[in-house]
Amino acid sequence: MKHLIPEFTAMRRRLPEGFEPTLVLPCLRRIQEDRGHVADEDIDGLAAWLGVPRIQIEEVLSYYTQFRRSPVGRWHLQACRNLSCSMRGAEGVIAHLGRRLGIEPGQTTPDGRYTLSTVECLGSCGTAPVVMVNETYHEDMSPERLDALLESLSR
Amino acid sequence: MSGTKLIMNFEVTPTSHGLADYRARGGYATLEKVLQSMRPEEVTKEVTTAGILGHGGAAFPAGRKWGVIRLNDGLPHYLCCNADEGEPGTFKDRWILEHAPHLLIESMAITAYALQVRHAFVYIRGEFDLPWRRIAEAVEEAYAAGWLGESIAGSAFSLDIVVYRGAGSYVCGEASGLLTSLEGRKGYPRNRPPRLTVRGLYQRPTVINNVETLANVTGIVRDGAAAFRKVGTAKSPGTQLISISGHVQRPGVYEVEYGYSFAKFIREDCGGVLGGLGLKCVVPGGISTKVLTAADIEPLTLDHASVAAAGSGLGSGGMVVVAEGTCMVRFLQVLVRFYHHESCGQCTPCREGMGWMHRIVDRIVAGEGQLEDIDRLLAISKANDGTTICGMGDAAGYATVGIIAKFRDEFEHWIKSGRSLHEGRLEAANHEWLREAVPHG
Repeated sequence: MKHLIPEFTAMRRRLPEGFEPTLVLPCLRRIQEDRGHVADEDIDGLAAWLGVPRIQIEEVLSYYTQFRRSPVGRWHLQACRNLSCSMRGAEGVIAHLGRRLGIEPGQTTPDGRYTLSTVECLGSCGTAPVVMVNETYHEDMSPERLDALLESLSR
Repeated sequence: MSGTKLIMNFEVTPTSHGLADYRARGGYATLEKVLQSMRPEEVTKEVTTAGILGHGGAAFPAGRKWGVIRLNDGLPHYLCCNADEGEPGTFKDRWILEHAPHLLIESMAITAYALQVRHAFVYIRGEFDLPWRRIAEAVEEAYAAGWLGESIAGSAFSLDIVVYRGAGSYVCGEASGLLTSLEGRKGYPRNRPPRLTVRGLYQRPTVINNVETLANVTGIVRDGAAAFRKVGTAKSPGTQLISISGHVQRPGVYEVEYGYSFAKFIREDCGGVLGGLGLKCVVPGGISTKVLTAADIEPLTLDHASVAAAGSGLGSGGMVVVAEGTCMVRFLQVLVRFYHHESCGQCTPCREGMGWMHRIVDRIVAGEGQLEDIDRLLAISKANDGTTICGMGDAAGYATVGIIAKFRDEFEHWIKSGRSLHEGRLEAANHEWLREAVPHG
């Protein structure tokens, strides 16, 4: 994470004095974007740089669902299964993705290309069902649109 | 038509979210006027007189919250915009973040001036990527144009706004959980008192308002409290953004003047139930509010007093329409799975209770339920009510009690026969193609 320190320093510029702990979440997000997950050495480095206890960073990592301690596939497909999506066919979406990729939710394909997860409400209920691929929402999913999405990811 | 529009009152185009278009619509003129000619107390007085209620779900008067801040206490004050929109069924703040980010920024600047805030935050849920890009870009545009930063518009007022991304936690949408998260820790809510307006972010006086609440501030200050009070009802002035989803013909975000007919809104504005099916029930304001049947909503109007009188709430405006033929046991299963997943684990009744409720409903769905399970769910709901630091435990209970009160027969049927009264169906009937793979039935 050391090469990210100039970026972390820039994040501080609009924060009041003494707000260093506030940077825990944004720094972890940036580390994860960079490495794909958060490694032990990142925790050590960030704790030292921010001057916060290591346990605080461990707690944050274990609490928030978006942080990962281990790698995921090149494409992380997160299908919403909350109410509005389920009412618009999310269970079929998840089953379809599982069949097409040959994995269950929570698993990664052996070639490391795809990880399938289920998530709770993504705030996309009006365009349900929704599948988030890495950072991008794909809304109004149907079997045809799912197949087109998988086709575009396979290129 | 659902009345006056205060927020969604411009045409959405590929550039309408940008600074140039916002300026052409009169944007930042109100901030300039405030900085040149109003005292902070006058701004607060206008918002208090307008009587705007919080749009995050609790409907607490925004002016009363602001009124707690003592301008001359010598302490730094903070303002946080709650954009952690996570109540299932709610996606209205996303509309403002994506389409009217400068309205939010101008409103935050006016609010910050009223409360003498030097540093403000937009706490946005981590999954929102486009909304985050839109608000973050708008903040940079505002800095570049001098509407944020040092000595705004030549005045003595300076303001920094930091856009802060969450990382996946429903509980962080609760105001104190949000602040704990903003302090770089897991988002545990805090006991009150002290109120957050007394001891909030890093123990300093902090005002937290929902995106939509703040977005109304510019209009209130520009047109005056009296003009605002002419819209809506006496007890719920103004408008509400309603996000409607589920088995509805035209899902989406609608701005509705308070007092508009509930049934007419669904039937006419939103095109009725998907595929012309009958209406079974409606979640009126986010899944934590009690469901209302088709008969319940017939006499109601869309304002807080009317929906509250029917034993529910307009909450966050997250409305979910449920068609005839939907299985309410599986409906509840989705809800309790969600609450169990999102319980932060700090308070015993919620941490344990959510797990119990989830396992009990799973057991009923697996055909292994007992008739006593229905009363067990009600007893756990009652035990959670008021015994946890934040409202999540209570909310899960309200939702559960509401569903069982109206649809107890469906639970009894599944327990006695081992099968759903409605084939375990959550999708509307015209979604047959997706049902092949559904594991229940």
